[in-house]
Amino acid sequence: MIRLVGPVWLSPEDHAVVAAAGDRLVPGSAETGVADYVDTLLGAFEFDPPRIWAGGPFSGRHGGEAGFDSFLALGAVEELAWRTRIEGSRGLPEREFNGPVRGLQEEYRDGLASLGTDFATLSPEEQDARLGAVPEFKALLYRHACEGMYGDPVYGGNRGGAGWAAIGFAGDVQPRGWTAVEMRPPAASEDGRPPAASEDGHA
Amino acid sequence: MNDARAVIVGSGPGGATAADVLTAAGWDVVILEKGRNHLIDLEAPYEPKGEFSNDELKFGFRHFLGPDPLAEPRTFRRGEADGDRIHVGDVNNLPSTVGGGGPHADGKLPRFREDDFHVRSAFGPIEGAAVEDWPLTYDELEPYYAEVERLIGVAGAAEANPFAAWRSGPYPMPPGPDMYGATLTAPAAEKLGLHPYRAPTGANSEPYDGRPACNNCGFCGFYGCPIHAKGDPIASLRRALLTGRCEIRPEAYVTEVVLDGSGRRATGVRYLDAGRRVQEVRAEHVVLACGAFETPRLLLRNGLANSSGLVGRFLTVHFQTFVVGGFPFDLLGDRGRAVTHLHDDFIVPGPDDVAAAREAGLPWMKGGVVEHGSAAGPIQEAVEYPPGELHTAAMRESALRRKLWVFTMQGEDLPQATNRIDLDPAVVDAWGFPAGRLTYSPHRHELVASAHFAPKLEAVLREAGAEWTIATTSPPAPDAAFDTPLGVAPASRHIMGTCRMGADPATSVVDPEGRFWDVENMVCADSSVFVTAAGYNPTLTLTALAHRTASKLAGIGPPGG
Repeated sequence: MIRLVGPVWLSPEDHAVVAAAGDRLVPGSAETGVADYVDTLLGAFEFDPPRIWAGGPFSGRHGGEAGFDSFLALGAVEELAWRTRIEGSRGLPEREFNGPVRGLQEEYRDGLASLGTDFATLSPEEQDARLGAVPEFKALLYRHACEGMYGDPVYGGNRGGAGWAAIGFAGDVQPRGWTAVEMRPPAASEDGRPPAASEDGHA
Repeated sequence: MNDARAVIVGSGPGGATAADVLTAAGWDVVILEKGRNHLIDLEAPYEPKGEFSNDELKFGFRHFLGPDPLAEPRTFRRGEADGDRIHVGDVNNLPSTVGGGGPHADGKLPRFREDDFHVRSAFGPIEGAAVEDWPLTYDELEPYYAEVERLIGVAGAAEANPFAAWRSGPYPMPPGPDMYGATLTAPAAEKLGLHPYRAPTGANSEPYDGRPACNNCGFCGFYGCPIHAKGDPIASLRRALLTGRCEIRPEAYVTEVVLDGSGRRATGVRYLDAGRRVQEVRAEHVVLACGAFETPRLLLRNGLANSSGLVGRFLTVHFQTFVVGGFPFDLLGDRGRAVTHLHDDFIVPGPDDVAAAREAGLPWMKGGVVEHGSAAGPIQEAVEYPPGELHTAAMRESALRRKLWVFTMQGEDLPQATNRIDLDPAVVDAWGFPAGRLTYSPHRHELVASAHFAPKLEAVLREAGAEWTIATTSPPAPDAAFDTPLGVAPASRHIMGTCRMGADPATSVVDPEGRFWDVENMVCADSSVFVTAAGYNPTLTLTALAHRTASKLAGIGPPGG
């Protein structure tokens, strides 16, 4: 697995704020690495190839060779789009063909400044109030917390697949797949219905 | 001196099929593809690149198959009253990549019915809609349907659907395994008088054509298949490459069709390569297969092939009705091919449907094929719940993923001249060219049909055991909330009809063989040529038409003929 040696884009202080705020929106996401997920996205171009698209075809968790770790190179237009999305257009004409674009890095710089460096030390009520004061940044952070919690671990979050394990999701299953037998619940009766609602329907 | 006998613009199911047919006939072709190549190694022996994966972030959130809406925005408005646009970004985006819309489709490949080629004659006109007959019949297309089912590898059961058109032979493979949820909803539909059947699907149920059987991984719709069990265009592109007469050039952005002095013959196409250098391919014939959004956009930018004034007009999508049921138990919707059953009852109006149409002041109405399916990734689910302390409990309960079953009706969308692609007056793409703009509002027919059929689908879900059901339509519906979770623009990726086929150059853009009326050596091999939308997924029909157009171009008769 790719291991981060420390935040590549966020400062250690901001990393802690992202973790605390992410955890408030998606409980458990701090422990599974939501701040590393955000840091890897914001710092994607600190890596070569950039950490935008993991490789394929298999993760190695369900057979086959592990290929997700080999991130894929971007094409020229894709790099333009992703640098613009992450870094913003920065007044560069080739990025401003439809006008200026605010980048994710700037959204985070401003958003985290609004949350305050003391965010992690606040009570849940105070944290909610600070998040509520910046609704657009809260929405962005929430989406990224969901992505970090339930996206593939190779992107920095969902450490060890903990997010998936918590909800009984098997994640990627290639090249093993599911057999025809596994496509039906083990308890299915003659008419196809399980005898009762099952909490963890996955085998 | 030409570089190739034919230059094909676009490598999706239409362009790939044209390449397959033409190279088999001994032609040498060059395929230009705007997007990246993640599909197939372009050096012999042309192995899969191995870049597709079960990765929700990459495919669902990070535009891996393109187009990236930041680099290639499209715009949308419902009508002129909206002004220039009300949305910029993703509008009916089909993948822009080698293989086009093929890799991401979950491969439901039904044929149209006989009636679908002459809706005007069979049903009559509807005020405000341009319902016309196609200039060809189902019987004429049947051999091509059979051939492309064989080339793609379609798994299905020939006798299963009582509404199906006649067919000359069986499917090349039997159907694959049923999704668990469909084993509940199909019997429930039968009990309520409907006729569900196993969906003809371009996913191998057994090893086929050197590719493995589908292993039901569940990452199907919107994903490229990591094991190439899908009948995406890899098979046809590989066959074309193996002849040694096909060259694929990815990241080639076609800017113009080059004409000779007469203005009626193309000498080739000009494009920008990955470094934005101007390149040209000279060819005897040009095949446009950019899809029903990008083909008219290219023609309108060039001011080409538009003596009728109809390029971009009569655009249809499918007016989708989504009917969702929540069950008290896990339906294992993440195992299987996303959709394994269909029913066609709403395509063939019964007395009850005709009466409802008349009551609404319409002479008739048609719905569309209904897909019995499920599957959404956990990220897509997670963002639907409110943030906060209850989030984990909601994800464990999984009311919106594991316990959800979805009927999608691909409602027939009537063509209207005002529904169209044109060029946005201000928004441009990363190359500096005008973005394509969609102007679209459903005809009242679509809204009436949706409202009529949705309750029937809710009843089926309740019969199958659903505790709650809701129905909604693809945007834009006039009475619905303006900005729904489905967005502002139509959610359907089925887009058709922008270079209508016909027998009269005054009222159509291409002739009955797919040749542009105004450019004698240029043909269209995508769903732009559709005259009406039918209520069926369009890929098999566009592929059969592309096969026919390419065969006629090469002077060869129908398959098996």
